[in-house]
Amino acid sequence: MIRLGRDELAKYPFLPDAGKYLADQGFTLEDLGTDPDLAGFLEEAVRRIEVAADGGIYGPPEGNPLDAAVFSFLLAAVLLRMAGAATLVRRFSLAEARRAERHLGRDLGSMQDGERKRLAVGIIGELFSMQVEHTGDGIAIRAPDYLARASRFHESEWKLVNRRVDSGRVLLSARETVRLLRAGIAEYISGRITSAPAPPRAGGFEDAVARLEKLAARFHVPTAQSGEYPPCIKHAIKVLEKGENLPHSGRFMLATYLIGRGQGAEQIAPLFCNAPDYNERVTRYQLGQIMRGRDGTPYSCPSCEKIKRDSLCFATRECDGIRHPAQFGAGRA
Amino acid sequence: MSPQDAAFLEAAFRKYYFERIESVEAPAQIEGREFGYAPFGSGMVRHLSVRSAGQLSAMLLENAPADVYCSNAVYDFPEAQMSHKGWKGAELIFDVDAKDLDLACRPDHACSRCGSCGAAFAGAGPCACGGAAARASFPCRDCADAARKEVGKLLGILRDDLDVGEASVYFSGNEGFHVHAGDPAYAQLDSRARAELCDYVSFRGATPESAGFGRDGPVDVAEQGEPGWRGRIASALFPRSRRREAIKEAASAGRAELQKKLDGLSAQLGAVIDHRVTMDVHRIFRLPGTLNSKSGMAKVPCGPGRFNPYSEACLLDDEPVEVRSDCPLRFRLKGRSFGPYQGDLVTVPRYAAAYMVCKGFATVRH
Repeated sequence: MIRLGRDELAKYPFLPDAGKYLADQGFTLEDLGTDPDLAGFLEEAVRRIEVAADGGIYGPPEGNPLDAAVFSFLLAAVLLRMAGAATLVRRFSLAEARRAERHLGRDLGSMQDGERKRLAVGIIGELFSMQVEHTGDGIAIRAPDYLARASRFHESEWKLVNRRVDSGRVLLSARETVRLLRAGIAEYISGRITSAPAPPRAGGFEDAVARLEKLAARFHVPTAQSGEYPPCIKHAIKVLEKGENLPHSGRFMLATYLIGRGQGAEQIAPLFCNAPDYNERVTRYQLGQIMRGRDGTPYSCPSCEKIKRDSLCFATRECDGIRHPAQFGAGRA
Repeated sequence: MSPQDAAFLEAAFRKYYFERIESVEAPAQIEGREFGYAPFGSGMVRHLSVRSAGQLSAMLLENAPADVYCSNAVYDFPEAQMSHKGWKGAELIFDVDAKDLDLACRPDHACSRCGSCGAAFAGAGPCACGGAAARASFPCRDCADAARKEVGKLLGILRDDLDVGEASVYFSGNEGFHVHAGDPAYAQLDSRARAELCDYVSFRGATPESAGFGRDGPVDVAEQGEPGWRGRIASALFPRSRRREAIKEAASAGRAELQKKLDGLSAQLGAVIDHRVTMDVHRIFRLPGTLNSKSGMAKVPCGPGRFNPYSEACLLDDEPVEVRSDCPLRFRLKGRSFGPYQGDLVTVPRYAAAYMVCKGFATVRH
């Protein structure tokens, strides 16, 4: 069991110790909803969720940053549980995981401070039952732990064959180690939010919850999916619908395929709105770039071979004999 | 297969199980495994649960099945439908098959039977009558040795790179080997992670970065003696004797050229395994010690020393049996040569008769 100080709680407010901190400071959840002196924390919690929903990472305000960082997280979790909006929980959890990743990366890679290193290793051990060791020039984790997480990534740099492996351990930098854990931290946070008992809808939180419900409505996009899409495209759409990360190669494949089928940016952009790092302006810009291509001709969808190489292929028997997703279903009727 | 041939094989298999039931290995956590078997002449029976080694033996003695399988996975409810089984983990089992090795000898021991005229002939392809032919293979010792070489490469990588504890190697009873890596640390990996592990042991998907080259050239080039793939890459591409020249050449040849070389190393240094089988976390594998209906031979453990599967896995007895055979190829079992036959009525030991009947090139005399 690791003991966290106030600074650490501000960095990692999702850890169980943070819940006790509220009581240790002499507050109850009800106080945070009703006490006018504490109203700032409630507002801060809503802002924290809004920032996450927009794909940003929360930074505590000037003044009393430590308490604000802990209280606003705890309140945000309660508000999300009350609002029951799965998309917001997902986006918030991922944003908080990315925030924690920054701190954890610094702590884990701290050159001078052994205590910070030990704390980071302790947190990882406690959250993931995973052994992390400092080696001379980096971090070593056990190969099965690496495989369980890195196999979710599509970029070739994460393939085990492209890593340094020695005696069952994979060698990583501190930054890579925490990147590997991002999804796990997000899952942990969202698990804590969704598995907590639902608090009663009272205590001065009604307005904040209503704001969140309105915010959540922004992310509801009815998507129509044609049954004629090849499995790689269906998979990409499903990943995005679930709010999971689709690598750039996957996004490019999806966009070029749909553009190739005559769809415009208006139809395609909403598909990406559940992506954890969604930014509408950037998405539309990128779709525009793909449509314009290099010389005015839109970029075309990658071949099956390239898609396979990027681990984006989920071929079924219907794919037999095709070399390009655009050929899927052709001539079968 | 005719009912008489099926009855002959069933009797031979039953005798084997009666006499050598102790050869059948009951798996660890037997009560959590899914068992399945295929009786002679009918379809597969799956989703069976067995509580003990004794119950397993009774099942085999009672049914004398053509093939017996056991899941690599352990479940809460092995007898339930797949979606309700409650997966708890799966033993890591690698499948190495001679047929995946593209060996030069392969065409020499392929033979076919025409679906139209029934003719048996050596080689693959359509029959002279134009009918489609079903293909079979009478693998040779070279096939087994080549597959075993892949097993050796695999074991080296598992031990040195991945610190996988004890692994047991079995001849599958036909053309390949199963490597059971019982290390519990790997048992929780899902199929995506296992696919990644497969790519690692077979050296697939390596980029120039794995050799220490960045986008703009050499950064931290792999050195001979380094652990893992970096050391193997360095031995193959940048040996100490000409390291500087080799790095210079690779840098000037460019990234695409280095990528080609790395892709080429996959066949040379990586272990050739069947990825689909290995990554499957719900698969049922042939149970060690049981017979294989494709050959009549048994799945047997294979130690690190000399091993001739065509003797050591050939465990049916040598009682003489009269068969009519048109097996167009010569094959060796237990140190004896048999065939080729041209519809001859021949008396051969039971293990050889079963071998040909299993492959569809002999029929027992009624």
